[in-house]
Amino acid sequence: MIWYIVRRLLQGIPVFFGSTFIIFSMVFLTPGNPVLRMFGDRTPAPEQIAALEAKFHLDQPFLTRYFLYLGDILQGNLGTTYAGQSVNEILARTFPTTLRLALLAVVIQLAVGVLAGLISGLRKGGLFDNVTLLVTLVIISMPVFVLAFVAQWIFGIQLGWFRPTVGAGAPWSDLLLPAIVLAGLNMAYVVRLTRASVIETSQNDFVRMAYGKGLSRGRVIPVHILRNSMIPVTTNLAADFGILIVGATVTEGIFNVPGVGNELFKAINRGDTPEIVSIVTILVIVYVLVNIAIDLLYGVLDPRIRYVK
Amino acid sequence: MSSKNPVRTAPHFVAEVDEGGLGAVDAVRVSDRKSNLWLDAWRDLRGRWMFWVSAAFILFIVFVALFPTAFTQVPPNDGCMLSVKSQEVADSLGVPIGTRISDHGPLPGHPLGFTKQGCDVFSRIVHGTGTSLSVGIIVTVLVAVMGVVIGAFAGYFGGWLDSLLMRLGDIFFAIPYILAAVVIMSMFLHERNIWVISLAIGFFSWPSTARILRSEVLRVKNLDYVMASEAIGLSKFRTMFAHVMPNSLAPVIIISTVGLAGAITAEATLSFLGVGLPNNIFMSWGNDISAAQNSLRTAPFTLIYPSIALSVTVLAFIMLGETVRDALDPKARATR
Repeated sequence: MIWYIVRRLLQGIPVFFGSTFIIFSMVFLTPGNPVLRMFGDRTPAPEQIAALEAKFHLDQPFLTRYFLYLGDILQGNLGTTYAGQSVNEILARTFPTTLRLALLAVVIQLAVGVLAGLISGLRKGGLFDNVTLLVTLVIISMPVFVLAFVAQWIFGIQLGWFRPTVGAGAPWSDLLLPAIVLAGLNMAYVVRLTRASVIETSQNDFVRMAYGKGLSRGRVIPVHILRNSMIPVTTNLAADFGILIVGATVTEGIFNVPGVGNELFKAINRGDTPEIVSIVTILVIVYVLVNIAIDLLYGVLDPRIRYVK
Repeated sequence: MSSKNPVRTAPHFVAEVDEGGLGAVDAVRVSDRKSNLWLDAWRDLRGRWMFWVSAAFILFIVFVALFPTAFTQVPPNDGCMLSVKSQEVADSLGVPIGTRISDHGPLPGHPLGFTKQGCDVFSRIVHGTGTSLSVGIIVTVLVAVMGVVIGAFAGYFGGWLDSLLMRLGDIFFAIPYILAAVVIMSMFLHERNIWVISLAIGFFSWPSTARILRSEVLRVKNLDYVMASEAIGLSKFRTMFAHVMPNSLAPVIIISTVGLAGAITAEATLSFLGVGLPNNIFMSWGNDISAAQNSLRTAPFTLIYPSIALSVTVLAFIMLGETVRDALDPKARATR
């Protein structure tokens, strides 16, 4: 197991360098002088340009600048926005809220998704199954911002069950509606994966064997069927996380949740390139780490994975 | 040598093939209908209502995208008005002069009402179809070509090329493609058009196609006909393009149909975030939804109609993708 962990961590290193390199190259290859863009319509004096270029290392060659940028990230220095705010401070302030929102979303998504998938898998072709398939199809085809607006309009404005936007301090009760929207994105996939997996597992000999030796449904379904059906769902959590990041940006923007996604949303609207790049870099690093963590979890769940050379 | 192995002269009694029951088993029934993966898939598709509904709807959308003026005579951008100023317009709309048109409900000739800027909602939706569809198609073709070429080279040639290409894929896969597109689009502030946004979306979404094609190529390349084509002296490239690639394409077609829906969603999401196409030049459903969000309380229909257009289009492609997957992948049929 320890070698499996070490190997997986080592595989993450080139991905880290590669993805930061790509993000950096995209910024580097942008046409136009970034210093001039900072000034907007005004034309700065040549000395001013030179001073700012030196400050941001713009006078250095490409690779030197990449390593300077990498050094900054590794030291935890994420730079400042156009307005001069420290990105570190912004992230420190907003990250806990996003974490709470994401946790709530993942809990809802797994609880509802697995339960619905299990029931429709066990009663394949039944009424519940058909209704669930239809509902998931509709949810999958709605982009996240449409889903968010529909939820905000129906539950926030028409019915008044939730506050349409999140209030100060982002209490859990306010986060519930955005979390449901965020969960809805991946829930459809969780339902479908669980359902397909339950159907496949139920056809196995060991399930027939378990019934054959007289075990009750109450024991066979959770222990023999559900547990074996969870492996694909766990693997898919990694892919889900990418959707979650993008979804959080849109959902937090719409519900005004004071989180990282909302900061990114506002930065995009302002066209604040340094802030966008810093936040995207951090999100990509978090994404890579989460992927590794889920792979490790997968190794725990399925012993066969660990021993593959 | 010959003395040890004398030529057998004794008559041996073996039944003629026709006489035994085996003849019927071995015989190739030439008159039987032809059968291969694609023909079987087509027969399967033909019998599904979901296939016909989604295909008909997609054809309709394509028609709308190609000939928007056949559906509406109202220009989407010109002639927008916040209020009725001239008597002539007031008469044609049947409202008194000076009426506020911004966020107004349906009027004669304007079945879905007006946006905040006083533009015709229906016309904007009709003209936005082309944008969504072109971005969807360009991204899908781009991703399919990149994914197929990279996946085929990695799978068929193997070795260091395989490792290199797949690690490269891991790196691109590690960046969620919408975030990458956000960065690219915020760089190209003044050069935003359909090609730039398609490249921004497509450039980071090829790894999943490449991975799927690679694993399919790994399966196909050990089959007899590939060995046969190498044995008769075809070059590796020729074998790859003529035999391996066409036989590995089925999963790519499945993922591309669903991917088209994903690309349309991605374009709308980028436009919604404000890094999509400029809304004064391109009609885009994402732009319209984004612009309508401030009217959610007062005029929800300005947001809901383009949302319906977007969702139904995406739904049609997802439904098509699912039926095609069921038809092409017998394993998916088992869990249906």
